[in-house]
Amino acid sequence: MTAMFGEPIARVEDDRLLRGEGAYLDDLGHDALAVAFVRSPHAHARILDIDVSGALDVCGVLAIYTYEDLPGRLAEPLPLLIPHPALTHGRTGYPLAADEVNYVGEPVAMVVATDRYLAEDAAEAITVDYDPLPAVVGIDAARAAEHLVHPDVPGNVAAHLVQSNGDAAAAIAAAPRCLELDLVIERSASMPLEGRGVLALWDTDSRRLRIWTSTQTSTGVRAAVAAKLDLALASVDVITPDVGGGFGVKIVHPWPEEVLVPWAAKTLGRPVKFTEDRVEHFTSSAHERGQRHQVRVGFDDDGRVLGLDVRFWHDNGAYIPYGLIVPLITSTQLLGPYKPGAYRVEFTSLYTNTVIVTPYRGAGRPQGAFVMERTMDAIAASLGLDRALVRERNFILPSQMPYDHGLIFQDGRPLIYDSGDYPAALAKLKALVGWDSFPAVQAEAREQGRNLGIGLACYVEGTGVGPYEGAHIVVETSGKVKVATGLTTQGQGHQTVLAQIVADELGVPFGDVEVTTGDTRAFGYAVGTFASRAAVMSGSAVALAARAARAKAIKVAAAALEASPDDVEIVDGMAAVKGDPASAIALGTVAVLSNPLRYAFDEAAKAATQFAGGDIDAPPVAEGESPGIEGREFFSPVRSTFASGMHAVIVETDPLTAETKILRYCVVHDCGTLINPRIVEGQIHGGVAQGVGGALYERMAYDETGQLQNASFMDFLMPYVSEVPDGIEIDHLETPSPLNPLGIKGAGEAGVIPGAAVFASAISDAEGFAITTMPISPSDLFELRQRHKAAPDAG
Amino acid sequence: MTFDVQMTVNGVARTVRVPARLLLSDCLRHDLRLTGTHVGCEHGVCGACTVLVDGVAVRSCLMLAVSADGAEITTVEGLAGPDGTLSAVQQAFADCHGLQCGFCTPGFLTTITAALAENPDPTHDEAREIIGGNLCRCTGYQNIVKAVLRAAELGRAGS
Repeated sequence: MTAMFGEPIARVEDDRLLRGEGAYLDDLGHDALAVAFVRSPHAHARILDIDVSGALDVCGVLAIYTYEDLPGRLAEPLPLLIPHPALTHGRTGYPLAADEVNYVGEPVAMVVATDRYLAEDAAEAITVDYDPLPAVVGIDAARAAEHLVHPDVPGNVAAHLVQSNGDAAAAIAAAPRCLELDLVIERSASMPLEGRGVLALWDTDSRRLRIWTSTQTSTGVRAAVAAKLDLALASVDVITPDVGGGFGVKIVHPWPEEVLVPWAAKTLGRPVKFTEDRVEHFTSSAHERGQRHQVRVGFDDDGRVLGLDVRFWHDNGAYIPYGLIVPLITSTQLLGPYKPGAYRVEFTSLYTNTVIVTPYRGAGRPQGAFVMERTMDAIAASLGLDRALVRERNFILPSQMPYDHGLIFQDGRPLIYDSGDYPAALAKLKALVGWDSFPAVQAEAREQGRNLGIGLACYVEGTGVGPYEGAHIVVETSGKVKVATGLTTQGQGHQTVLAQIVADELGVPFGDVEVTTGDTRAFGYAVGTFASRAAVMSGSAVALAARAARAKAIKVAAAALEASPDDVEIVDGMAAVKGDPASAIALGTVAVLSNPLRYAFDEAAKAATQFAGGDIDAPPVAEGESPGIEGREFFSPVRSTFASGMHAVIVETDPLTAETKILRYCVVHDCGTLINPRIVEGQIHGGVAQGVGGALYERMAYDETGQLQNASFMDFLMPYVSEVPDGIEIDHLETPSPLNPLGIKGAGEAGVIPGAAVFASAISDAEGFAITTMPISPSDLFELRQRHKAAPDAG
Repeated sequence: MTFDVQMTVNGVARTVRVPARLLLSDCLRHDLRLTGTHVGCEHGVCGACTVLVDGVAVRSCLMLAVSADGAEITTVEGLAGPDGTLSAVQQAFADCHGLQCGFCTPGFLTTITAALAENPDPTHDEAREIIGGNLCRCTGYQNIVKAVLRAAELGRAGS
């Protein structure tokens, strides 16, 4: 039997999805009542009055709810999911605004009607009287604090945190050279093609709540809804249907809609569904990325960093339900593959009257990589050194692994890199892109009047954060293997890769393995899918569970074969004495034998009934054993495992229009051992495309009053195929992680991380001046050119 | 006010009574329960809701159900053969890992099906052009371009 682990096999998910038989949230619950929301048109306002009288007569309306209708804990603010000692002024919103709104799009009233068209009719007929307040929009306004988002939060400061390792100020003061940089990244968003959605069904007979939600954490939603509605956890099932992309935004929970819809379903005794539309997704879900950074770096004449001091300001939007994860990640992961000498980082997380900010693929790392890589390029430029050489001189070496940065990472654990080979990765990337020969190519193009530039950017990504994931495996009497793990799937191909692992570990045909994810009925203990953790965490958990099931199967088969367990093996779904294929019994039969029966339910089951033989003086189920071939195990690593990679891009900037064209895009990627290279490459492709979007096109265009001016796919420029590289050249490096049984590191987010950094590097190289704000549109670049023409030494 | 609309959907004659304002996408999804057609933006930009109306790729979120009266409509559910065999385009997506979350996929499949009917042998650049109006947030389009070319190859082999 061929090993499945490491094979680029096609996905088992695809057949269903290609036939249009996927079941996404809005494909379910055809008979459910539909929900529409009245949302705030103001970025900041007091609610004076809500008049629903005009909506009561709209045909098909069953209920209209405002804050005053919310009972018990539903009337309390939504949970602050990840508390942190530095988060001294954490504020979260209410499911429906109480007396104040803090961003355009905040839910104010909920209408339940027989269909969405009618629900929207009724929502339009509701009149809300607002007293507008000054809006705080953007980092500069938040810092100035002329107006406050929350009156009881001085300076708009949600949190302030300092971390350091060594005395950075002293190291910079003593360094032969010093540079200062001001670096800005604007807002973007996850923007999955399917928005959020939730369907709830209250079973009045069994008094159980069943929820389907387009989420990245079914167990998280279950716990939150049970708490809000004062239900026993055991009375709530949460099922994740097919999810049309997440990219971070769907890890936030519970969304207002995720508690309101189940509550309405329970109150009305009828199924109720909310399907988010695109405008709602822009204005009522979450954004990310907006940060301003100030860097001071001290270095020697060889470009070695001796001290690094970074201060940055993070725009967390109106509320901060997901805590400080994004700025915590920026503050630690900006170090990338480098050892910076002494390091100090200080961040301030600020409220603004805009949509909340929570992790989007990369989660603070694209900003961190941008800061560090711009710094490396600035050092190289100031010394007249090759940019790759400066990076190499600052690399942590394989011989220095594990490497302790002396900081605390986003998971509350020490920032210790487990493995990685950055010099080898750089050598691969330089060879792949032709780094050393590029200056000649560039010079030749220049002679033809063409601006070419090459950029390089490195990153290290802490993946597979805890606390744990688990898995359950059962071998059915048919020989089929059912696997359940609690985390959820949004297109990563978990059913395929987890089945690859189980097929090898258990010794069964790949086609006999069926994986369920994100269904609390199948597996109730889980954390969720984020931080590139599914393959590491659930991959390891299914491997351990499969090993347990295999050990049990071997014990039962050995008894049946009258052999020592050491002499029994399982290959291709058959248990046999090694070297005696004739002895083979099917794993399904082993499953029958493992479960002593009184009643035969089919022909095969007769073998396990009470007159079929066996030791009549021993208990049918031996002490310490249990019926069935099952395994249930958990994986809980001591800390995260650190994947890494490097990207290079060659761009051409149009001398006239200042458009940036991508000529080549190269990736060297190290996510430890690969379960399925085809799926990993797909993840890289998607990440790179999002990186292109973040670097060249996507920004949330808020005006000064807090209106999002580009809340549609017409105006928010997500890349089509015409904007992405025509071909992405990928080379893999595999440095296995010592922290899990399979050597895996996460791969989901990596492709997006160096996007802004690598394009800034390449465009700077093409233009001859440093790019310090991303994304960069043709207009931005055109204006920069004018400015540099006028004052060539301007920053 | 409601209207009776008669359509042939995936080869089957259907009659449905709809309000004048009902979008074709909602009619297909919720009245006819053909939920393979997805809605990603509701204003014709993402292409997820693309169906074939009389053989032409049309964004069903930009068309009223009443205006489909008398039309022949093919949705993603109608692409596979009568015996369940995947169409060349569907098979190519499976072969090339052309989908991840699968939400935008039906719109790509219908769009490409219509385009290959017109141009069965596209060049690489034409393959990029064919999918140029559909948004995908997962794949970075690399494998979708490959799938267009693979589908053309399978289509030629099968014809």
